[in-house]
Amino acid sequence: MSTVQTHAGHADTHHDHEHHGPAKGLRRWLFATNHKDIGTMYLVFSLTMFFVGGTMAMIIRAELFQPGLQLVDPMFFNSMTTMHALVMIFGAVMPAFVGLANWMIPLQIGAPDMALPRMNNLSFWILPFAFLLLLSTLFVEGGAPASGWTMYPPLSLQTGNAFPMSIFAIHLMGASSIMGAINVIVTIMNMRAPGMTLLKMPLFTWSWLITAYLIIAVMPVLAGAVTMLLTDHFFGTTFFSAAGGGDPVMYQHIFWFFGHPEVYIMILPAFGIVSEIIPTFSRKRLFGYDAMVYAIASIAFLSFIVWAHHMFTVGMPLAGQMFFMLATMLIAVPTGVKVFNWTATMYKGSLTFEPPMLFAISFLFMFSIGGFSGLMLAIVPADFQYHDSYFVVAHFHYVLVPGAVFAIMAAAYFWLPKWTGHMYNQKLAKAHFWLSTIFVNVLFFPQHFLGLAGMPRRIPDYNTQFADWNMVSSIGAFGFGLSQLIFLYIVWQCARGGVKATDKVWDGGMPHGLEWTLSSPPPYHSFEVAPEVK
Amino acid sequence: MLKILKYVAAAIAACVPAGAAFAAWELNMPVGVTELSREIHGLHMMVLWVCVLIAVVVFAVIIYSIIAFRRSKHPVPATFDHSTKVEVIWTVIPIAILVGMAIPAAETLIKIEDMRDSELTVKVTGYQWQWHYDYLDEGVSFFSRLDRDSDAARQLNSGIDPNTIDNYLLEVDNRFVVPVDTKVRVLLTSSDVAHAWWVPEFGMKKDAYPGFVNEIWFRADKPGVYRGQCAELCGYDHAFMPVVVEVKSKEEFSAWLQAQQANGTEAAQVADSQADNAAEAAVARAE
Repeated sequence: MSTVQTHAGHADTHHDHEHHGPAKGLRRWLFATNHKDIGTMYLVFSLTMFFVGGTMAMIIRAELFQPGLQLVDPMFFNSMTTMHALVMIFGAVMPAFVGLANWMIPLQIGAPDMALPRMNNLSFWILPFAFLLLLSTLFVEGGAPASGWTMYPPLSLQTGNAFPMSIFAIHLMGASSIMGAINVIVTIMNMRAPGMTLLKMPLFTWSWLITAYLIIAVMPVLAGAVTMLLTDHFFGTTFFSAAGGGDPVMYQHIFWFFGHPEVYIMILPAFGIVSEIIPTFSRKRLFGYDAMVYAIASIAFLSFIVWAHHMFTVGMPLAGQMFFMLATMLIAVPTGVKVFNWTATMYKGSLTFEPPMLFAISFLFMFSIGGFSGLMLAIVPADFQYHDSYFVVAHFHYVLVPGAVFAIMAAAYFWLPKWTGHMYNQKLAKAHFWLSTIFVNVLFFPQHFLGLAGMPRRIPDYNTQFADWNMVSSIGAFGFGLSQLIFLYIVWQCARGGVKATDKVWDGGMPHGLEWTLSSPPPYHSFEVAPEVK
Repeated sequence: MLKILKYVAAAIAACVPAGAAFAAWELNMPVGVTELSREIHGLHMMVLWVCVLIAVVVFAVIIYSIIAFRRSKHPVPATFDHSTKVEVIWTVIPIAILVGMAIPAAETLIKIEDMRDSELTVKVTGYQWQWHYDYLDEGVSFFSRLDRDSDAARQLNSGIDPNTIDNYLLEVDNRFVVPVDTKVRVLLTSSDVAHAWWVPEFGMKKDAYPGFVNEIWFRADKPGVYRGQCAELCGYDHAFMPVVVEVKSKEEFSAWLQAQQANGTEAAQVADSQADNAAEAAVARAE
């Protein structure tokens, strides 16, 4: 960050950082400090993990295609549900958002790069090792972790050699996330272009600022919880064992104090993305910008006081159940405000339906469905029926797949031409959209019925009364899984070349924000001269 | 394309004969056979319909915007970007709706937590992977595990079609028998890991933890057999520890209990010298 003034023609004599451009070959990636290179690595890593976790989901749905055990034994099935969740949460969704943050935050706030480029490198390069460690547990004595991604004791203490490995992997992932979050906060707080006050920041940046605080607040809590598991297992402590004065339910309290903010870590940046895309293709400013920011902040605050709604069946005092029910229901208010504001943005706009807009609208519908089932789950007496059934599986997949994942796809389709300088095949992207939207509903909607009819989650085999909807759900799963190969092809094709994208990319729309003032692809050091924001 | 359709059609056709033998395409939560389960079902339906109503309104506006304000129909967008009035309205109205939902939910919850005046108390202990029922003060206790037919069929590649098994995975060797119209209190605990005891027809589910005792109650008002499962992941055979409750008339229940008590002493003696399988055989003989 020392010298900034040199003109391109003089670069050779000065040995400046700015004009070298990327290093050649492997060094460019291994020693990357450039926010775009690191962002790209995060996104590629995330996409890889999306397919790894997706493969596990296919194994799960293949076994559940019909009653009886045909393909895997129950232990491996449990490993698959556990690993699918860990890989998708920590390997696919979170790194995708960090990748988007790396790419877009400097562009959106008019900065040359992230504030802490070397830490940025470290936070990315931890991840491949963390996941190598986690995935290698599939091949160790005793098999991969099979106690669910929540790792509730005492069951998780029965894990074999995978136990310390998976805990260390989680520590690594947590460290990586915390570093990423620190970087985001420092960048946003210190490197905004002159004139860009906090309430002029694009909503994607805003959502990430709040998300980053959530990450810093709760990742250490997760680390603490799994460390206590580790000492219970190896060092004779009894945090979670009644025999030594501990309590297995205490683990659940600690875990969900992390876990609930965690689910918002996976959805708030999605809110930011949708808030960027809908105004662009509605050709109308975002309705209620301030309210949108405050809604994100309130959701983030509420996320800290609702954790026990994940554990209504553990045996809580009546007053506790009441409090967590009411606090949870409150979340519907700011979430409702967001949905209403997005709708109001589209109302009386001038809409076109490019792939990012299609995914954003799809998000709007299906995230709302996930929100509705969330409200139902908050009603404690009814939750006694829903809890740990497929209804819950349907609920959180609705907010995570057509919610978070669709928002990530929307972001990719929105900014990919900006990143690569090429327009992708929009026809194919629309095909990808329709197939994904149809199959994701075939996949997850019947799971509501299964749960209500009484099918518990995390079971490899079931009574024949559940056979029909399980078969439908599995067919949806295979269709959805295969459809994602189209996405892979589109991205690969776009990265290799194609029709040149303009600076604004979406000239017909109303792209707003500093990222569209740069060339496509943007210069290596983004904004070398800070733009003025009025 | 046609070819693909043909394959899809063939695949669906291949599934149909198996599918035809299956039970109904169940969509909703059972109403159940207890006062609480009916109230819970009522709450569930109320919240569901409120959600459906809100969804219809919101989705209608979105769909209307998509159709009426597409660029070809509405080329010049409006320029408004906030309205304090509507924002206050759509913050306040949801709060009112939520309060309307919370009140009946709280009322039911208070009933659920009222454990007083129970007429029969049974301690239920979760094991990996079976349940143990202990009729406190009655001297009757037994294990309840997956029945043999289901157990044979559920083995990996057993070659046995689950459709040929009655109540596949939802039948046990010894059912949990309770009297009708009686407030039964269930004390839940575990001997190893966390389990959860769940009978959808009773509207009730609760976790069982080692070293702690949880309680729930139910009063079934219709004799019959009600089936559920362990609902908290408990390891390898989590899917294979069903809960089967048989609700009998009060007279039949007393007779059953007496037979159990008579056989109980004999069964205990046998169990001393042999494996606990023998105890179950004795119980089975008694039935």
